[in-house]
This record gives sequence, structure tokens and C-alpha cells, in this order.
Amino acid sequence: MTPPSLGKDLLGLEKLTAEQIRLVLDTAEPFKEVSERAIKKVPTLRGKTIVNLFFEASTRTRISFEFAQKRLSADTVNISSTGSSVQKGETLVDTARNLEAMRIDMVVMRHPSSGAAKFLAERIRSNVINAGDGQHEHPTQGLLDLLTIRDNFDAIDGLKVCICGDILHSRVARSNIWGLLKLGAEVAVCGPQSLLPRGIEGLGVQVFHRIEQAIEWSDVLNILRLQLERMSAGYIPSLREYYRVFGVTMERLEAAPKDLLILHPGPMNRGVEIDSRVADGPHSVILSQVTNGVAVRMAILYLLAGGEPALAEAAKRTNREGAE
Amino acid sequence: MRVCIARRSISQRHGVSALTDVAAASNFRGDMGSMHTRTLLDSAAIAKALERISREIVELAGGTEHLALVGIQRRGVELAERVAKLISQREGADVPRGAMDITLYRDDLQTVGPRPIVGETRIPFDIDGLCVVIVDDVLYTGRTVRAALDQLADFGRPCRIGLAVLVDRGERELPIQADIIGESVNAPGKRVDVLVSEVDGRDAVELVEASE
Repeated sequence: MTPPSLGKDLLGLEKLTAEQIRLVLDTAEPFKEVSERAIKKVPTLRGKTIVNLFFEASTRTRISFEFAQKRLSADTVNISSTGSSVQKGETLVDTARNLEAMRIDMVVMRHPSSGAAKFLAERIRSNVINAGDGQHEHPTQGLLDLLTIRDNFDAIDGLKVCICGDILHSRVARSNIWGLLKLGAEVAVCGPQSLLPRGIEGLGVQVFHRIEQAIEWSDVLNILRLQLERMSAGYIPSLREYYRVFGVTMERLEAAPKDLLILHPGPMNRGVEIDSRVADGPHSVILSQVTNGVAVRMAILYLLAGGEPALAEAAKRTNREGAE
Repeated sequence: MRVCIARRSISQRHGVSALTDVAAASNFRGDMGSMHTRTLLDSAAIAKALERISREIVELAGGTEHLALVGIQRRGVELAERVAKLISQREGADVPRGAMDITLYRDDLQTVGPRPIVGETRIPFDIDGLCVVIVDDVLYTGRTVRAALDQLADFGRPCRIGLAVLVDRGERELPIQADIIGESVNAPGKRVDVLVSEVDGRDAVELVEASE
């Protein structure tokens, strides 16, 4: 029996099996405890060098990765596109190859172009972790959402999860949809027609155009931010209008037949997609998501950092011979 | 580089028991068809050994006042629970218990890769100034105990750390020894399995070797 592994890179949830996703979630469990210790550090990745390559603004994800790396004793360097040779016209591959020449082990990358992580992973030896590529995937966010949902229900299988808001521009939505479907959840999306990608039903999700219907149907709401920075013009009439029609408000939740678990990947726009009273309410697990994010990222780093497969195989063979 | 290769071959030679150390041996119990199994300790002998171990632990700690037990995942945790129960029956003291998984402190991540599932580490008390006795099923290469000592040091500064094992099978790779031993076994090239009813459905210490 070969135990499941993740392979060299983590690029997205679309290509992972349910077994691999469960492996990450199960591995994340013991890492939660490490962050609760007085000395929040284990020596597991001592001597590993990890580069956080962020070509797009990020606070939560970058810091979460950095905490995860430091708590595993890895050495880290942060590079952002501003103030680096990227501004001088260097290509992505050249940047990465120069880093590899300094003997790094892993790259965590956020990039505005969809597919950038895969492009890089195919060209360098180091492990690549996708920290968000364009509008494609944000796998660690998807995984931490899954972990947070699993913490609050016995199983994800059979749950009804609705992703609300700006689905069109959201890599979080894509990673969530693939991950949730693989683990057996029913998935829906809800938002204005202009913010739903055409053919989204093809992924196997239901579509709600009214937030009241979504709330009535769901066990879990994952509320996404309106990505105003990605909207050139004309997607929604106004923020106030959006809140009036699609905002997740206390009144709307109180009308629901059951209590809903409320997730939001942050940063929140209070009073746009979510009512402050909901964000701070008893069913909000928004801060648990942040806590779980560190554990999930530790699990990913741990699973990818492991030894050389050839040596592991050899060790296994010797084990068997020794046992015979 | 030569040093590296030598170390690797040692860890491969002892691969099986290194696994038994971490209580991941269940992976290998599947191919027991061609194996010859001999019982070293039956359930009564284990009960007797644990009774003696529990007395010696209290002696080592000079009473129960500053004593704490930490079991190593997986079977060490169950053994620590039983020892604590014996102490509580005899001395009427509730000894604090913890559990440790040492996977994150292993020295062979580079060689064998990550163990898929890391067990729970739970030390729900302050270990500063206590006499912490580590409890495990088998002591073999000593690498698990080395990792456990490193991990304990990250939780605080006990005034003393002791080691109690049900089986000591010798062949150490590190200068580590147990304070309290249930049974010493000399079994080069063979496998020593400790089974506990909480995990395996029955209590036994078995010597497993090839039938030819």
C-alpha cells in the first residue's frame, strides 16, 4: 500500500484526488496544536530555504505562509514585484532560476496571471506552491475553508455549501468548488449575473440569483469580497445597490430555516457583501479560517518537503527484507 | 559524504524497528503469512511488568507529588494511561498524563519522507519543575527517545526526565538508556511487536521472524 502523497507541487485543487485532499486536512490537525504551544516551533524543516515570491499585494496569505514556514524552522525570504529585478524586465523563469542558483528548496508564488504557478513548476526543480494565480486557483485558501467547514460538521459529504458574491474574479471560488465537490458536498453559487462566469453550471454547481434562496438552501455560506480592483467598470450598479440585493444581513439569516455557518476569505468589505453583525456573529468562523490557514500551510510545506522518493522506496524495500 | 551514506545504511538496516518505535508497524503486519511468531510476554506477564514499572516510576520520582507521565504515540500513550491507573489505585494520586507524537522531530525526513499522518501531541500541564517520565513500548535505536527529549525541551524545563519502556531490545544507535525496563530482549534481525488491547484488541509482546 503506497500512502498518498502530493507530488512535487501544489498548484490547485482541480487536479487533486479526494484522498490527497483528505491527506492534507488530516495532516493539518496536529499542526494546529503547534501554534498553541508557548514555543511555537518544531524543527521539521530546519535547513530548508523557501522563497515567497509575491507579484500581487497580499497581507493575510503571505503572513500566514511566513508563520507556517517559521514555525517549521524553515529559512524564508520574501520578494515582492515592486523594488525587485522584476521591475527591471526580468522574466519569471529567469527570476526563479537565479533563486535556484542560490540553492533554494521551495517557492511560494502569487501571480496575477492564471496558470503562472504551473508554468513555473514545469521549469524549476524546487517545489512550487500556488498562493493564488490570477482568477484560476488559490488552493491553500480552498483547503483551509474545507478544514474550517469540517471542524464544524461531522463530514463535508452531503453538506450544502453556497459561494456568494463575485464568482467571476475569484480564484477562491474555483478552488472551493473543486475541493467541495470532490469531498461530496453539494455546491451552489449566488451572485449577480454579471459576476457569474458563463457556463459555471458545467462545473456541477447550482446557481441562485437571489440571496434569499441561497440562504434557504444552504448549510454553509462562503461569502466572497467584491474584487473592485479587478472590475474595470459596469459589473454592478453601486455598492449600496449590491448590499441591498445581495448583502448577507442578519435579517436575511434570521429568516432562514436553520443556522448557517458563515465563512469569508477576507479582506471583508463590511456593509457591502456582509453585514457587520453577521461577520461578528455567533455563526461566523472567519477568524477560525485564519487560524486554520497557518495549520493547513504547515501541512502543505511538510508534505511537499519530504525526502527523495527513490530513497523512500529503498527504505521500504529494506524494511520488507528485514522483516522476512 | 561518506558519513551520510553510512548513516543511511544504518537506518535502512533497522528500518523495521525504527517503524515499530514510532508505532507505525501496523503497515507491515499485513505480510505475516510467511512469519514465525513467538510470544515473549502474554497479557498476565505484561500486567505484572506494568505493575513493577509503576512502582519503580514512583520510586524514581520520589513520590507522586511532582510526577507526570508522557506517552509516545501510539502504544506508549496507552501504556502511560495504564501505569497512571495503577499508580492512582495504589497511591490514590492522579498523575498528570500527556501524549507526544515525535514525527516532527525525526531526523530522517530527508531520507524516508514525511510520515503521512502525524499523531496528536497533548501536554495539558506545565512541565517546568516536574519529574516527567517518558513511557514507550519498545526502546531500540534510541532515535525516537532523542526526538522526544528535544520535543519535551520545547515544552519547558522539567527538573528531571526519566524513561520507562516495556521492552528494551538493545542495539542502540545513540547513547540513550532507559531508567525502567519491563523486559530485555535480544533479537538481532528480528521484529519485536508490542500489542495493546486498546489499539490491537489484545495484550502481547511477540517476536516475529522469518519461518525458514
